[in-house]
Parts: sequence; structure tokens; C-alpha cells
Amino acid sequence: MRAPRENASWIRDLRACGPVQAEALTDLRGLLLRGLTKSFQARGDTDQAFVEDVVQQALVHILDHLDQFQGRSRFPTWAMAIAVRLAMSALRRKRWQDVSLESMRAPIEGAPAWDRDDTTSPAQHAEQHAIVATLSRLIDETLTEKQWLALTAELGGMPLEEIARRMGSNVNAVYKLLHDARQQLKHGLATAGYTAEDVRSAFP
Amino acid sequence: MALRPEQAKALIAKVMDTRDQEMTCDACVADLATFVEVQLTGTPLSAALQAVHEHLERCHDCADEYHVLRQALAALAEEEGC
Repeated sequence: MRAPRENASWIRDLRACGPVQAEALTDLRGLLLRGLTKSFQARGDTDQAFVEDVVQQALVHILDHLDQFQGRSRFPTWAMAIAVRLAMSALRRKRWQDVSLESMRAPIEGAPAWDRDDTTSPAQHAEQHAIVATLSRLIDETLTEKQWLALTAELGGMPLEEIARRMGSNVNAVYKLLHDARQQLKHGLATAGYTAEDVRSAFP
Repeated sequence: MALRPEQAKALIAKVMDTRDQEMTCDACVADLATFVEVQLTGTPLSAALQAVHEHLERCHDCADEYHVLRQALAALAEEEGC
């Protein structure tokens, strides 16, 4: 049995031509296929054709981006991370393809029905009500329409990548948009007199 | 703005969990391969990888990728061990 390739050998062989590159590609394809097949079998939301398609796309991407491998992990790990990213991106796109950002607002907004349950004391229930009323006011007064749209979509479970696609933006920019919104609301609650401890006590 | 109770609770949890400095998804993805290797070998996390760990606790998308990647690599490691 041949010893596993070291990182440098992977790079050298994948950059080579002819049979050397073909053999390295076959080995890498096999690794990615076996790893992804096992991983997605456990999830149960894909079939083998999907995995094979993703692996093919990953091989093309990896060959095009060999110069970005910095050697901070083993090469197969880096390559697998790329394949996983492509797979998850495709799954997210398919899962959310018919959902608009606007449609994510309806389940979030609505008349509050804060009926007290048996686990909440009357005082705690009153405090919850007051904090949510303040939060609602802060949303109206401090967030932009774009921030609220992104926040409702995120709360509804839409992946950032899909929010970004709909906003004509990128994941980092959407993450910053959401981070700024959360910071504004946190700061607003503090300014309104709610300490972190107050909020934790009201919403244990 | 009226909020439904469950969503209000989820939003409050997110808001209160917000830090001044948070790792972005791109930065997390760049270190994810190293992070998973360290996790699988049980090596203690460096400060940089601790930031990845914290990001994964608040970012569902990156956490999802982490779990798939970890499972794929664990399957290959098991294969090598056979």
C-alpha cells in the first residue's frame, strides 16, 4: 500500500501534466467522494448523483485555486472543506429558491400573544412584556428597513448566503449589517435601563 | 413593530449574545479546515481557533458546514484506521 501523500506532493502532482496529474486527481476524487458520501448519507437530504456532481465541481475549483493553499491543514482537509462549502451552498440555494425576503417578515411580525404559561411568574411575565415593548420600539426607531429585513430573514432560518444573494450583496456584508443591527438593539436596551442581568432574568 | 413571542425571545437571545468584535463568516471558513483537524485530534484550541469556535456557536450556516466537514473527515480517518 502506498504511503499517503504529503501536502507538497499533492500540490506538485496536481500541478503536473499527464498521468501524474491524472493519478493525483483520481486519488483526490476518491477521497472527496468517500468522505462526502458518508457525511451526506447521515443527513439524508441528497443522493449520490448530487455528491458526484459536487465533487466534480470541487476538483475544478481546487485545481484553479491551488495557489491559495497555505499549508495550515493537511491538503485533503482543505480540499474537503472546499467540497463541503460547494455542497452546502447548492443545498441552501435549492432549499430557499422560492422564498423571498419579504415573505420572511410575516411569521415574525404580528400581534403579540403573550399569554403567561405556568413556568412564568406574573412579575417575570410583566418584565418580558416591557422588554419586548422596548425592543419593538427600538426596531422602529433605530433599524433601517434593510437591517430589519435581513434580521427577520435570519430569524426565520434563511442562510446568510441566501439573504446576500437576494440583497445583491455578499455574506460578509450581510453579517456586518446584522451585527450592527444587533449591537444597536443591545445598546438601545442598555440605554433604556435594561442590564444584561435584567434580560437574562426575564428570559432565562 | 409588534413581535411574536417566540421570535422576540430568539431575537433577544441573539441581541444579548452580541459581542463588539465578532469573526466574519469568511474568516471562519478560512480557518475551518485547521479547526476541524485540531478538534479531531483533541489538541487544545489556539486563541485564533477559539474565535472560530465562538463564531460557530452563533452562525448556523458555518456550524452546518463544520458538522458536515467533521463527519466527512472522521469517516476518512476511520477508513485509514481499518
